[in-house]
Amino acid sequence: MSPVPGTTTGSGTTAPDSAQAAAPLSAPALPAPSAPTASAPSEGPSSDARRALATTERIRRSVRRLPHLLLGGATRSAAIVALVLLWEAAPRLGLADRTFLPPFSEVAAAWWDLAADGQLADNARASLVRSLSGFGLAVVCAVPLGLLIGWYRPVADVLGPLLEVFRNTAALALLPVFVLLLGIGETSKISIVVYACTWPVLLNTISAVRTVDPTLLKLAKSMDLSAARVFQKVILPSSVPMIFTGIRLAGAVSILVLVAAEMIGAKAGLGYLINASQYNFAIPQMYAGIVTISAIGVAFNQLLVALEKRLSSWRVPAGG
Amino acid sequence: MPGTTTQSPTPKIVFKDVRKEFTVKDRAGNRRTSRFTALDGVDLEIADGEFVVIVGPSGCGKSTLLDLLAGLDRPTGGRILLDGRPVTGPGPDRSVVFQQYALLPWRTALGNVEFGLEATGVPRRPRAARAREFLGLVGLSGFEDRHPHELSGGMRQRVAIARSLAYDPGVLLMDEPFAALDAQTRESLQDELLRIWQRTGKTVVFITHGIDEAVYLGQRVAVMTSRPGRVKQVVPVALGSRTATDDLRSSPEFARHRHRIWSLLHDEVTRAQRLEKEEVSV
Repeated sequence: MSPVPGTTTGSGTTAPDSAQAAAPLSAPALPAPSAPTASAPSEGPSSDARRALATTERIRRSVRRLPHLLLGGATRSAAIVALVLLWEAAPRLGLADRTFLPPFSEVAAAWWDLAADGQLADNARASLVRSLSGFGLAVVCAVPLGLLIGWYRPVADVLGPLLEVFRNTAALALLPVFVLLLGIGETSKISIVVYACTWPVLLNTISAVRTVDPTLLKLAKSMDLSAARVFQKVILPSSVPMIFTGIRLAGAVSILVLVAAEMIGAKAGLGYLINASQYNFAIPQMYAGIVTISAIGVAFNQLLVALEKRLSSWRVPAGG
Repeated sequence: MPGTTTQSPTPKIVFKDVRKEFTVKDRAGNRRTSRFTALDGVDLEIADGEFVVIVGPSGCGKSTLLDLLAGLDRPTGGRILLDGRPVTGPGPDRSVVFQQYALLPWRTALGNVEFGLEATGVPRRPRAARAREFLGLVGLSGFEDRHPHELSGGMRQRVAIARSLAYDPGVLLMDEPFAALDAQTRESLQDELLRIWQRTGKTVVFITHGIDEAVYLGQRVAVMTSRPGRVKQVVPVALGSRTATDDLRSSPEFARHRHRIWSLLHDEVTRAQRLEKEEVSV
């Protein structure tokens, strides 16, 4: 037969195949595949040298890419730098009232003072403990619940509309209800975070389970896998990226909601810091609190994005 | 080797008067359901180690027939026997190759082949070695660690074929496996499949709507009617030695067989198209 373009196999590359599929293959029938793995560790010293060479090559390559990276960094930070410059210039040029919008440098100085006397750290810690425990609780409850609801289709059909109603009820609108029922302490604050974080995680998990590629389910069925195995080997791994998108959304929500909650009847926390500063007319301190919150929000989100990327690296790149 | 088609006393696969109906919902707003007959009176016998191609117009129930044989669905009437025993569900004695590859995108090529082995309870240690070997069999040595999205369509289907073969089923069910591939890749995979079939001696049931593909691959070609589907005629294909000629597809015997199947199909395709049009306009 004439070689067809695109065929990568000649009969020469398939030496061990003569063992055939028909006979259950035992180890001695497979000398060829194990050979390359066995030979790798035997050449220790030379592979060390090769690794060193590879490292220098990598360094050289990254040095060559340095201007490129710098340019990329400059592009990404340009807008933020512009905002800071505008913030600095507007009050100084009299475009904004200096009392209500102090220049950025004053805010930075106030931030530094707050950081130095430990106030910032105390308040940030109080906020983070609340939002992380609320966020964690929500994830721990909502993911298994979502998997369960998504797996049992009738349950999903019954609960779907109800979940939509809850999701579209702004969590902050319910804050008075939480305060009424749970008081003004930590419980109500953490509860509202749990509530707000639950919906994105729950709904994304349900829809992840329900949108598993039907061909994969058919494949699993054709292999006679048990329901538990299908869940473990097909549904769970294929749901991970979408569940994680929900978790990332919840991460952002946890900080947004908490700060608002802290503005009502709290004795610590970044929301309290902002509110108290405003009452005491410590305007630069107020802005310092706001900047801290955005920084924490961005950092948390970046962390979750990085984690998400790692967990869904197998996903087809967009457009591919 | 399966080159000879001596009909053994007990055929590997028997379809006996197989009938399949579906309940379909009528148009939106209408709560009535209606019965839809996909297959009606399918009779076909397939010998052990045989390569049979089933060809028919679109919507004739080819894939339904394969689903029934795979045990993914139960027939409404008639019997399907595998090794003399009725098919009651899916099992590791059959494996399906899908048109859309059905690879697990989060697993590497090796992991995907191992998936089939995990399903059939092959212990962990021999799994990787065996998966490696079958990737070699389909010409993918060196691609073990690639994820499906890093492979071409042809390579993905090779992985799927390796997965199906690795757990050593007696019967390979292929549902238009090459339909989504470009012409060159398809031809090379057809050759590859024949080579693997000759080497492993599996019974292959291959569904296609391509006449050329049917003639090229099949020892026998079962032509199906339009809906409700049944086997119109089984055409034995004798092309002489496959390895003797360079371009089998341009040989006179190939053309003769091709024309025969084309004529058998032609009326059915026209009828199927008329049926489809009527359905849309209702």
